[in-house]
Amino acid sequence: MTALLKVQGLRKTFGGVHAVEDVSFELASGELLAMIGPNGAGKSTCFNMINGQLAPDSGSVALGGREIAGRPPREIWRLGVGRTFQVAATYASMTVVENVQMALLSLHGQLFRLWARAAALHRSEALELLAAVGLGQRADEPCSTLAYGDLKRVELAIALANRPALLLMDEPTAGMAPLERNALMQLTRDLVKERGIGVLFTEHSMDVVFAHADRIMVLARGRLIAEGAPAAIRDDRQVREVYFGSGRLVRTAHAAAPGSAAAGTRAAAGPP
Amino acid sequence: MLSGFAGQLLNGLAGASTLFLLAVGLSLIFGVTRIVNFAHGSMFMVGLYVAYSLAQWLAPLAGGAAAFWLSILLSAAAVGALGVLVELLVLRRIYRVPELFQLLATFAVVLVLRDAALAIWGPDDLLGPKAPGMKGAVQILGRQFPQYDLFLIFVGPAVLALLWLLLRRTRLGVLIRAATQDREMVGALGVNQAWLFTGIFALGSALAALGGALQLPREPANLGLDLGTIGDAFVVVVVGGMGSIPGAYLAALIIAEIKAVCYGIGAVQVFGASFSFSKLTLVVEFIVMAAVLIWRPWGLLGKPQGMVRGAAAAEAPIRPMRRAGVVATAALGAALLALPLAGQAFPYLTVLMIDLLIAVLFATSLHFIMGPGGMHSFGHAAYFGLGAYGAAALLKGLALPMELALAAAPLVALAGGLLFGWFAVRLSGVYLAMLTLAFAQIVWSIVYQWDEVTGGSNGMVGIWPSARFASKTAYYYLTLALVGASVFALRRMLFAPFGYAMRAGRDSPLRAESTGIGVIGVHWAGFAIASLFCGLAGALYAFGKGSISPETIHVGRSIDALVMVLLGGVQTLSGPIVGSAVFTWLQDWMIRATDYWRALLGFAILVLVLAFPQGIVGGLAAAWERWRPPAAAAEGRR
Repeated sequence: MTALLKVQGLRKTFGGVHAVEDVSFELASGELLAMIGPNGAGKSTCFNMINGQLAPDSGSVALGGREIAGRPPREIWRLGVGRTFQVAATYASMTVVENVQMALLSLHGQLFRLWARAAALHRSEALELLAAVGLGQRADEPCSTLAYGDLKRVELAIALANRPALLLMDEPTAGMAPLERNALMQLTRDLVKERGIGVLFTEHSMDVVFAHADRIMVLARGRLIAEGAPAAIRDDRQVREVYFGSGRLVRTAHAAAPGSAAAGTRAAAGPP
Repeated sequence: MLSGFAGQLLNGLAGASTLFLLAVGLSLIFGVTRIVNFAHGSMFMVGLYVAYSLAQWLAPLAGGAAAFWLSILLSAAAVGALGVLVELLVLRRIYRVPELFQLLATFAVVLVLRDAALAIWGPDDLLGPKAPGMKGAVQILGRQFPQYDLFLIFVGPAVLALLWLLLRRTRLGVLIRAATQDREMVGALGVNQAWLFTGIFALGSALAALGGALQLPREPANLGLDLGTIGDAFVVVVVGGMGSIPGAYLAALIIAEIKAVCYGIGAVQVFGASFSFSKLTLVVEFIVMAAVLIWRPWGLLGKPQGMVRGAAAAEAPIRPMRRAGVVATAALGAALLALPLAGQAFPYLTVLMIDLLIAVLFATSLHFIMGPGGMHSFGHAAYFGLGAYGAAALLKGLALPMELALAAAPLVALAGGLLFGWFAVRLSGVYLAMLTLAFAQIVWSIVYQWDEVTGGSNGMVGIWPSARFASKTAYYYLTLALVGASVFALRRMLFAPFGYAMRAGRDSPLRAESTGIGVIGVHWAGFAIASLFCGLAGALYAFGKGSISPETIHVGRSIDALVMVLLGGVQTLSGPIVGSAVFTWLQDWMIRATDYWRALLGFAILVLVLAFPQGIVGGLAAAWERWRPPAAAAEGRR
């Protein structure tokens, strides 16, 4: 099976700072891949290069075998990449359902229609998407009145509107209460498994990462220092030393047996 | 030749000082308060008038030289106090309302100060005394150069140095610089912003007045200086970078020198055609500004502006009209259709209504980009003018029938909108506002100088409608039909996917771009559509009046459009209609009622701003939400 997303040798410098250095990884359909690392590790820069907001200095980003690096976000979106933002980005002057309809209008190339009534177009499809994220009842409320956790759900519905093959989620649970976090990630997990979407997400909450990611990459100072299954990452010596310092990562209850973990980890820089 | 050129450069240096003093206060005020202060030019004007009076008054009391210099300094102080008054009475009450609404208030202050000056000093130009001891000229490079101008050359850098010391060496300066970077943070750190704002307003006003007062021996005080200078001041601030003091001087220097060089070159032969560089001086600063904004949107020495957080409440989603709205619209339509019947008794009513309808279309077309598009155009008069002059030129120049000219004129405006819009939509906020202002000024100056086509400063006459629409009643119905259809079409577009896409680009460009919406393209199309309909308003205006002049499309008309939209409420769809109707009617009534209609209009605007900070329609809608029973409110929300 070819990888859905294949990133090779990605690099970006800002002035003299090497924000991202030679990052390579792959992501398969239906897989949840977490990208973690301390502040300034280059997570967002990596993200923005895959999404098209930044052009990489060098390296390749291939989606289903097609090179997308350096293309603008709106073209990358049309190729099947959905995105949610660290701070939820929605249209405050529209209702919840109109927010989703907007993405559908764009998908169907209807943005320049001057006469049709927008609120009537693709409404049922938008309502289905909202129902899928649990906001079916609130479709006609102004988006500006929603609680932050619900805004994140609206974003998810918007991101699913173009039936993406790949979903990029930048800190999907930032700013949410712990219970909400797990609910949102569980929802995301169910949706993407059901639809076979590959997900790349960054996250600061380790509970969320270890509970929901299939695989984890660790970035430090712009470099990929480890990659593997959650259990392996948890016990990886290099990750502990370079990124987490020493000490325990998560509560013992989640911890797996140390012996089995090391075998699952491999150096990220090496060939897959 | 060379010495002549050097002389022009010296003139440029003197001009740079004047421009710098005019603009630096505006830059300070904008940097700290984020208010686009239209009244800054008025402070310059009042400064000159006050200095004139003081000089006359002090002359018998003190020695000639003492009287002259004292009057200049006292004038600056007096206008500084006036600035405090304006800040305390007007601006302090509206720091919480959206930024553009503050602009409306400062425009009201312009109107009030203009009429105050008219009442105190009268309509005639007043030229002050020569500066004692600097009446002569000195020989420089074989040319006579006025001593006073030589003195002025040094004033600019001196003030620049003093301001630099103030900003770098005092606590107040630290606060000013901090507030320029992030005013919320300064507030959060416990600085009393109110007094900081008052202080900065006083300082800025005093600097403008100083600039005005120093013109005493060079330029007569006149009532056109307020809006005449504000454009220049904006240009300098934008070119130099908002809030940057050295930037303001650099920009003033560049603009003044380019102007001086244009005068120096004069007329030249290019490929057999004569081209006058001195004619360019009317627009050269705007060309410089347009170039700088496109190349370096935050100005030469400025930094990209920090975000102002959460200024306005979120706009409510747009909803189709409810039953009551449909009934009211139908009733209004019927009344408008029946209006000429009353016209027999009040012949003037038909004429006024034509004006009013044109204003409605003018304002609605601006609202189209300003509200849903978030593009605050300060130069909407350009497209009005292109439509009006397009109609006139097609009728007179190409001898088209009136109906064809009326149909084709909006296309002239559309072409202008496509051209200017292509640049403008790449910017946002106050930078977009300034670039559109620059384009409007360029259109104005072309119209003003292109004698063969536009009639130059005299304008064009005899632009009458064809026989079919010759009577005022027939023309009223033509206007009503076209304006009605246009307003309906514009509204319909806002409910269509296109209107939604414009709002999407305004609400969250990030989200829009990452869901396949090319924000720049959508906003460009919106800009073009607005200019098309604005051009129709202009063409209707030309045929309605029978004549046009450059005055028709001057900066004042752009401001009128802004005032109409803001007065009605930018966040509502019917706002521009109500705002333009109220504004036009108020203006017409006041012009006929009193010589001091500007002041009256200014006070009316101030009252409306203070009473309805969301515009008339926005204010009424909010009041209705508060008043109506909860059951009805819940039902309406559904």
